[in-house]
Amino acid sequence: MFDKKEIDIIKREKNKWQKEIYSKHIKNHTERKKKFENLSANEIKNLYTPADIFHLDYLKDIGFPGDFPFLRGIHPNMYRGKLWTFRMFSGFGSAEETNLRYKYLLKHGETGLSVAFDYPTLYGYDTDHPLSRGEFGKCGVAISSLKDMEILFKDIPINKVTTSMTINGPAAIVWGFYIANAENRSIDRRIIGGTIQNDILKEYIAQKSWIFPPEPSMRLIVDTFEFGFKEIPGWNTISISGYHIREAGSTALQELAFTIGNGVEYVKWAMKRGLNIDDFAPRLSFFFNAHNDFFEEIAKYRAARRIWANELKKLGAKKPRSLFMRFHTQTAGVSLTSQQPEINISRVTLQALAAILGGTQSLHTNSMDEALALPSEKAARIALRTQQIIAEESGVTSTVDPLGGSYYIEWLTDKMVKETYDYWDKVERFGGVLPAIEKGFYQREIANAAYKYQKEIEEKKRIIVSVNDYKMDELIEIPILKMDEKGEERQINRLKKLRKDRNQAKYERNIKKLRKAAEGNENLMPYILDCVHSYATLGETCQVLRDVFGEYVEPTIY
Amino acid sequence: MERKIRVLIAKPGLDGHDRGAKVVARALRDAGMEVVYTGLHQTAEMIIEAAIQEDVDVVGLSLLSGAHMTLFIDVARLMQEKGLGDVLIVGGGIVPEGDIPKLKKEGIKGVFGPGTHCDVIVDFIKKNVKR
Repeated sequence: MFDKKEIDIIKREKNKWQKEIYSKHIKNHTERKKKFENLSANEIKNLYTPADIFHLDYLKDIGFPGDFPFLRGIHPNMYRGKLWTFRMFSGFGSAEETNLRYKYLLKHGETGLSVAFDYPTLYGYDTDHPLSRGEFGKCGVAISSLKDMEILFKDIPINKVTTSMTINGPAAIVWGFYIANAENRSIDRRIIGGTIQNDILKEYIAQKSWIFPPEPSMRLIVDTFEFGFKEIPGWNTISISGYHIREAGSTALQELAFTIGNGVEYVKWAMKRGLNIDDFAPRLSFFFNAHNDFFEEIAKYRAARRIWANELKKLGAKKPRSLFMRFHTQTAGVSLTSQQPEINISRVTLQALAAILGGTQSLHTNSMDEALALPSEKAARIALRTQQIIAEESGVTSTVDPLGGSYYIEWLTDKMVKETYDYWDKVERFGGVLPAIEKGFYQREIANAAYKYQKEIEEKKRIIVSVNDYKMDELIEIPILKMDEKGEERQINRLKKLRKDRNQAKYERNIKKLRKAAEGNENLMPYILDCVHSYATLGETCQVLRDVFGEYVEPTIY
Repeated sequence: MERKIRVLIAKPGLDGHDRGAKVVARALRDAGMEVVYTGLHQTAEMIIEAAIQEDVDVVGLSLLSGAHMTLFIDVARLMQEKGLGDVLIVGGGIVPEGDIPKLKKEGIKGVFGPGTHCDVIVDFIKKNVKR
């Protein structure tokens, strides 16, 4: 990007400045730390200059937004055109309660929906399963059947608003509920839009809500890819997620490297099935965390786009839409403090700003009370307002990739790209992604990083306001969400009634057909949809697949 | 030689959030205790069986999902029933302030929220362990 001679002069002058001005200055103005590091333990220099990014080729490595390698953004005009989607992850208690919360958020300017499911749903159990005990509606909404899905989206225009669903093990079935609900409302399934998370690899690695072993899980995922581009073309059939890897304690770099590595793995599996990369790749989407280190996060998103574009090109993709990485961001739940919870609003603001400066397509901002309980209505509204303030008041949306060209940001972006490839070499030495999971590589890496981070906080090498410094005695006065105590009972009664009222013969026929198809090689989506339409519950449908596929058992590492 | 304090760190229920459990397990180990981690998805019965088998002095329960009022209490009651009343039970995770008195009454002697210094947990265990 710079003339070689010019760079030599800059280098020489920088050395001179370092010796004559900087060093002298810090003799009298001692620096706060001996070494400045970001969250991935990279040492950060006092100053970056053109010499730090001399090796970059602007057109090849950085380029223009909306053009290869998309580092500066996937659209030519980014937020000058359409803002990111304000998509608040939410769900609790029963479908009725969550339906009201969705309407509340939409009324206050939310532009996309995002469903949080409770643990039984995530594991493919109905609310009345013994293992569901105590978990009803706790971490999200309980959805056991098409009936519940109908209630969840009652009076919500699912022909207009898009919905993201954080569901993995039983993603195909829950997606089936959503599609069937649209069909029953006479909405053409070809026009509905949204996302299923459907990313099993990061479940084994970090989030731990798996059901089946890797092979059949990957088959189900490729089934959804294929069914998706043929039948539900507006749907993102996967959201390849770094968020949970990060929440489990990884560094930004690990999040980046493991997530895109997983993305490439999915592409390879789909290609192995014989799918054309330019058919399914445009529907692959991503999901990242926005943690505390502002610039590192921004560099991470930019690096991600560059790596993905290059890798997809290598794999043979030609359409721009296959090459550019679209992603959702959520601010870091793990960074929230239960002490002085109101200050989480400030943390979330910074994290959200990083996501936007990093070019996110969609954003969830955490509520201040989430280290205490699920968000109250008011806390969720304030979190949504935070996005609206950034969008409408801050001016950061006026130009594309405003930090592009910053010596520091470009240096860090490039460094994260390189270090991602170093991580991939390590994974290759285990024989690839699945063997690395089975041998506990990722789990160990994450556990080590999590422990190191905790130690740094305890040793005060890292300050967390309200936790290890700036503490105070306080009476926590924010309201805590209370759920309808009758929700669980209502749900169980609804399940009982559903099992009694449905056409039993039709249900049994469809379940039997699904079992047979699962034992073979056909795409399971049409069979799952038939089961769903005949009001087979989530647990019943999943049980068929559990019988055929078996269940995953993880290696335990800490 | 003095017997090391033996601790079982357990994840009851379906919750998969295990960062906290693993960090605490390692911190207790570094503090000289012998630590067994159950892994995920344990029923109360499985936890009690592991506690007996491993002959532990302490059971540490971890939950983020919000199911603590059911699952922590299930474990505490079953431990009483099975004659493990002298085993110290502690818990951690996303637990609203208001839930803590009831948990303590049920026998979960220490409840630790996010941001707790691991030394606080170590000290608490050392002070309160009975056997």
